[in-house]
Amino acid sequence: MKNLFSKKNLIWLGVLLVFFFAVQVMIDTRIITPYYRQVLYWVGIFVILGVSLNIIIGITGQLSLGHAGFMSIGAYSAAIVMRDMPDMTGLLLGMLVGIAISILISLIVAIPTLRLKGDYLAIATLGVGEIIRIVILNLEITNGASGISNIKNLISWPLLFVFVVAAVVLSANFKNSAIGRACISIKEDEIASEAMGIHTTKYKVIAFIFGAVLASLAGSLYATTYYVVKPETFGIATSINILIIVVFGGMGSLTGSVIATGFIGVVNMLLQSYAEVRLIAYALILIIVMIFRPQGLLGSKEFGLDRILGYKPPLGKKPRKEKSA
Amino acid sequence: MSYLTVEHLTKNFGGLSAVSNVSISVNEGELVGLIGPNGAGKTTLFNVLTGVYKPTKGRVLLHKNGKDIELNKLPPYKITHQGVARTFQNIRLFKELTVLDNVKIAMNQQAQYGVFGALTRLGKFYASEADIESRAHDFLRKVNLDDLAYELAKNLPYGKQRQLEIARAMATGAKLLFLDEPAAGMNPQETQALTEFIAKIRKEMDLTIVLIEHDMSLVMNICERIFVLDYGKLIASGTADEVKKNPKVIEAYLGEEE
Repeated sequence: MKNLFSKKNLIWLGVLLVFFFAVQVMIDTRIITPYYRQVLYWVGIFVILGVSLNIIIGITGQLSLGHAGFMSIGAYSAAIVMRDMPDMTGLLLGMLVGIAISILISLIVAIPTLRLKGDYLAIATLGVGEIIRIVILNLEITNGASGISNIKNLISWPLLFVFVVAAVVLSANFKNSAIGRACISIKEDEIASEAMGIHTTKYKVIAFIFGAVLASLAGSLYATTYYVVKPETFGIATSINILIIVVFGGMGSLTGSVIATGFIGVVNMLLQSYAEVRLIAYALILIIVMIFRPQGLLGSKEFGLDRILGYKPPLGKKPRKEKSA
Repeated sequence: MSYLTVEHLTKNFGGLSAVSNVSISVNEGELVGLIGPNGAGKTTLFNVLTGVYKPTKGRVLLHKNGKDIELNKLPPYKITHQGVARTFQNIRLFKELTVLDNVKIAMNQQAQYGVFGALTRLGKFYASEADIESRAHDFLRKVNLDDLAYELAKNLPYGKQRQLEIARAMATGAKLLFLDEPAAGMNPQETQALTEFIAKIRKEMDLTIVLIEHDMSLVMNICERIFVLDYGKLIASGTADEVKKNPKVIEAYLGEEE
């Protein structure tokens, strides 16, 4: 309990509560218009997607390009369950169904494909994403190419906030544990990792499943936010968009992914009024940032309280030194 | 008493026999050298012993607590769990991580919680993490690297990186260490420091060590027995003096006399 209510956690809790109520007040007073609210929802959903893909790519070092596939599983599960139960129970049930299917599929996919490395793995996961999309395209229950529409819209700021915070906290806990350390060691040097007694296949599978589960969750939120799900929404372009968030924020930096998603959301919003040059400007901004910060906005560092509070490591020997990469 | 026994070990790559019919045994607490000209199959032998390659023929037996464990049937991480660890010819540290994290990863087997514990931080999470952290510091103090605990591994001087790699292998709880050219690329002072380091840790931690080395001063200085490989075959074994005088060894290194 003492650890749970440490100074650091309490400050984070305070920051989150202030942020939550500030946004809630702005929504109530219409400072955040329904249009801005859509941006907010987009950012929230893609924060979950970015952070979960970062666990797979940035932390474990396994290049996966099929993330949108797992997102679609969650989206369709929620959409189908909510056809008969258009309420919160239906949404939560849909999420659980999506998570269950995602675990199953990611397990089936992970065991053979995670033996592959680099480019080969990327191509294999790309294929998996496409297979999921094509299966959905051809199933009866998913209503083929026209997709499912009129999904009950249950999204709200509190609901989104709870899921986003939960996803980010779980991911941070994942990273800062023996499991996270094992995953990072795989990214750093797989052969050395194995020689240190780490069952590398097992940890790669765990990371992959964890990422897939969160992606599925984000998909369910997507379905209820945009009330339409179509197979074409979850193609390779969406997977690449999530990848952009990860690279842009910094490989291995969860807070980087959060900040990058917010940044991209705001840029997209500001460019909305210049429809003709929007895509060009968006691409240019990405290129410029990647030229000046090739390691991403935060590199592999986390934005944390340690630095601000002058945090000392538990044994109180030496403050953590900051070294630039 | 024999600790590691290698029986008629052969490793073929296609038509090439990198290691052929090698039988050696290492006693508990011994420090053994493995030498041979370039391409003699020393590193291949290490890779077979640590599970990176499966042998074509033969067995590798570890005698532990009165039981024989067949290492050649285990994957590398399980071999490490049996108390056998190695270093690499080209340093393979986790470069972007701190010295402390390198050691903590080696101690990962000691974590007392699973995925659920890690995600929710319930149960033994905090206690186990604090335990690993303090053990890692204790360990670093033992190997004189504690003042560098928060440095990134890649920022250490070369000699310290070699030292950390050996320390990291020990941190897995290993009792048998395979060191692949620990002095490669070192100057005489660094080699001297390394020689002392190996002698010190071996005594303090009760280790059995097998090392590959080209630096003869190190091998002749600290190895109690030496095995000589050439073209994948064991051509000689014995003490440093015996090996030095062995005509087959001289021939392998210097060529045949006319």
